[in-house]
Amino acid sequence: MLVPTSISATPNGTTRPQVRIVIVGHVDHGKSTLVGRLLHETGSLPEGKLEMLKAVSARRGMPFEWSFLLDALQTERDQGITIDTTQIRFRTGSRDIVLIDAPGHAEFLRNMITGASQADGALLIIDALEGVRDQTRRHGYLLHLLGVKQVAVVVNKMDRVDFSGARFAAISQEISAHLSALGVTPSAVIPISARDGDGVAERTPRIAWYHGATVVEALDALEPARPLEQLALRLPVQAIYKFDDRRILAGRIESGHLAAGDQIVVMPAGKVAKIKSVEGWPVTPINGSQTAGRSVGITLDRELFVERGDIIAHVGTSPRDTRRIRARIFWLHDKPLTTGASILIRLGTRETRAVVVAINKAIDPGELSSVETTSIARNHVGEIDISLPQAVAADPYGDNPRTGRLVIEVNGRIAGGGLVLSVDTGQRAIPVDIVPVESALRPDERSARYRHHGAVVWLTGLPGSGKSTLARALERRLFGNGGSPVLLDGDTLRAGLNSDLGFSAADRSENIRRLAEVATHLARNGHIAIVAAVSPSREDRAAARRLADMFFREVYVATPREVCESRDPKGHYAKARAGTLQAFTGIGNDYQPPTNSELTIDTSARSVAEATDAIEHMLANSEILFNELVDLAANI
Amino acid sequence: MHLLAPETSKDRSFWTEAPDGAAVHKFSPDQSSTQPSPTALLALAPSMDHLDALEAQSIYIFREAFARLKKLALLWSLGKDSNVMIWLARKAFFGHMPFPALHVDTGKKFPEMYAFRDRYGKEWQLDLRIEPCPPLETIDPTLPPAARSAARKTEGLKLALAKYGFDGLVAGIRRDEEATRAKERVFSPRGTEGGWDVRDQPPEFWDQFNASPPPGAHLRIHPILHWTEADIWAYTKRENIPIIPLYLANGGKRYRSLGDRDITNPVVSNAASIEEILIELDGTKVPERSGRALDHETEDAFERLRVAGYL
Repeated sequence: MLVPTSISATPNGTTRPQVRIVIVGHVDHGKSTLVGRLLHETGSLPEGKLEMLKAVSARRGMPFEWSFLLDALQTERDQGITIDTTQIRFRTGSRDIVLIDAPGHAEFLRNMITGASQADGALLIIDALEGVRDQTRRHGYLLHLLGVKQVAVVVNKMDRVDFSGARFAAISQEISAHLSALGVTPSAVIPISARDGDGVAERTPRIAWYHGATVVEALDALEPARPLEQLALRLPVQAIYKFDDRRILAGRIESGHLAAGDQIVVMPAGKVAKIKSVEGWPVTPINGSQTAGRSVGITLDRELFVERGDIIAHVGTSPRDTRRIRARIFWLHDKPLTTGASILIRLGTRETRAVVVAINKAIDPGELSSVETTSIARNHVGEIDISLPQAVAADPYGDNPRTGRLVIEVNGRIAGGGLVLSVDTGQRAIPVDIVPVESALRPDERSARYRHHGAVVWLTGLPGSGKSTLARALERRLFGNGGSPVLLDGDTLRAGLNSDLGFSAADRSENIRRLAEVATHLARNGHIAIVAAVSPSREDRAAARRLADMFFREVYVATPREVCESRDPKGHYAKARAGTLQAFTGIGNDYQPPTNSELTIDTSARSVAEATDAIEHMLANSEILFNELVDLAANI
Repeated sequence: MHLLAPETSKDRSFWTEAPDGAAVHKFSPDQSSTQPSPTALLALAPSMDHLDALEAQSIYIFREAFARLKKLALLWSLGKDSNVMIWLARKAFFGHMPFPALHVDTGKKFPEMYAFRDRYGKEWQLDLRIEPCPPLETIDPTLPPAARSAARKTEGLKLALAKYGFDGLVAGIRRDEEATRAKERVFSPRGTEGGWDVRDQPPEFWDQFNASPPPGAHLRIHPILHWTEADIWAYTKRENIPIIPLYLANGGKRYRSLGDRDITNPVVSNAASIEEILIELDGTKVPERSGRALDHETEDAFERLRVAGYL
């Protein structure tokens, strides 16, 4: 979770910058001890807490440890390691610090990442006796990958090396070299003894040779994250709400600003509109500019098809639409990520399936050595190319840190994440080795012959509603008029092109996507593709509409369920009732009727010929079929 | 060889770097005690203040939960935190709360709390579901008294879950309340028994939430996890959100946290207004839940309850 950093309004009216800090490093190098000591030194401990823990320690017959403060969980005390992220607040001279402790144990890297991803700055802790370890390097690396640039290093347990200035210098040099190679310059390298307090809030005589900042001073000098207002507008759409007759697009402004009257573009579709109003509650509309970090709701001046995952931007500074992304990722899943893996990615509010088409690099950041490049193992990082079934809007991380990062999900659980390095652009970005060949004929040459433009007539409805019958009648009618209709029947395509697909939600979506792709291709080439498919999911049909865009004409075959079941032309209802047909749409409530179809037909109330007439009229009125009278009139 | 070649490392440099490009901070001994320089304050020009930022984040979480879960409910304890949550939900959904408010009722709340529930349940047009808890006799008798009483609530919650089949419960816990709560995720999966596996929490970063609980399990959604007690009061005041008067001092005492009548004690206080509460909080080091008996009964009483599904 990332709370936009801002001025902290304290009850007495003063304003103090709030900075979030993470403390990372190798397990047992003393993070929890340092946190306990920091809380004590800044006077931030709850009354009685220290005494309570000292009493607990005494009862258990063990010496008091500062780390007990954080290890408040029974399970942790038993095992003696910090297992999760804890947030603690305290104050330095000029900052409110939110301290996010993060575990050092390699087993819990996911928790370290959860903690560090929220931080503005970091303390990297190193044991003076043990020096730089693999987990030290790994954490240094991940800080960088997560975008945490402000790093101070603390060399702890100086009491164990007799406060040796030489030992400190050697470690300081090694870690500075490592971090510099990653592009990070530590703001300070501080010798401390967290247990005894040297270097934490005070430069004690034992470290008299050190003249730099103490830990508290280093924290006090950290800057809050820079606001994202100066960047171009990015408003990822979280949801579309229809409350009180308003159609509100809701989301959080990730960067830039917006106001009513702005010309915006919805990506990846590239559709343009104007912001009619910024809605709010209890006061609405909200006037003035809304800036990065705000959760807003807007209405547009026209009805555009917008869905969750789209990104709203200003015309001229929109993100790119892409079907191929190169990303630098870290991997947290037990099973290595391999080339060819089918994954789910989340980019902003967009969720999409994707395929890993290449793994270019894979390394263990602890060892800093490149390893095999066909897979990325757990806790390793790498560079991958991913290919997406449909275009998404994305920015390279360098252009926009908020819309330039993604997470990868495996089995419904976040398994990795990373930064977008580059996107391939283009309305229909295609892998580089594929060169599409356009038809030799222009669309208008075909339409001159067929007397119609290309179209996708999408018939949706329950099984048995009459879609196929209607589709065949329409095909005959259009062909009879000299046109070029092509029937794409859902079941027919399932027997061939889509024979690899089942009836899970994902497979149904893919089935619809392929139907829509083929239909759109036909429409682009001047044919009228007549699709007859149950297509129960509103979301899937919306995706089809977006793909086919201006060619799309949806016809809802709204025959009542009882009539469909009594017809049962394929015997499916009977089988489903008997329990021998699984995942059948029609018995349950899993058909989502269209709300914005171009035409609705109830075949129980009309003959096939009348229904076909209705579709033909709709096509004529929506400028697919040429109006012969108008054409004649133009030629007189 | 490593991935962060020099030419690519710059692409990430600008947003955490200071505006003058100085990622490296110079230290001088006297700098620590001074206020931030005027230029530092200028760079932080507050187009959003602290409460705005908290609010925006909570709204974002509410909308994510509503978009990604099928059957949500908000746990309304009638306390200050859950009232702020309802307010935030209505902001997120433009005056509406498009899912039920669930009150798991022990029957032992203060009369002021029931009056509050009955009034604002109507006024805020909530889809209010009141679920009674099972009798105390059915609860593990080996628990200390207050913990046992609270465990009743856990059972009541389990019954409500079974009855309605919610896949997401919005709960008003905060990280600053109690050490175990600090470990929480914003979207926190619970087992089929409602239990919390603190050792196996999925990673959660960049506001990307794990929203696919395994079949039979549910998610806890924590929209105000990042708020503090002082934040809650400052926001309650700013937004003019109604509160139960028990929070304000009466005869030198007030309730900082409201639970069951028999296991909640007032604290010594003269804070008779929200402003005074805020001033009091600024100086106090006494934990918020100190009036809650169950937290102190045994060292691990609270955590045992959490693992069993207590909020």
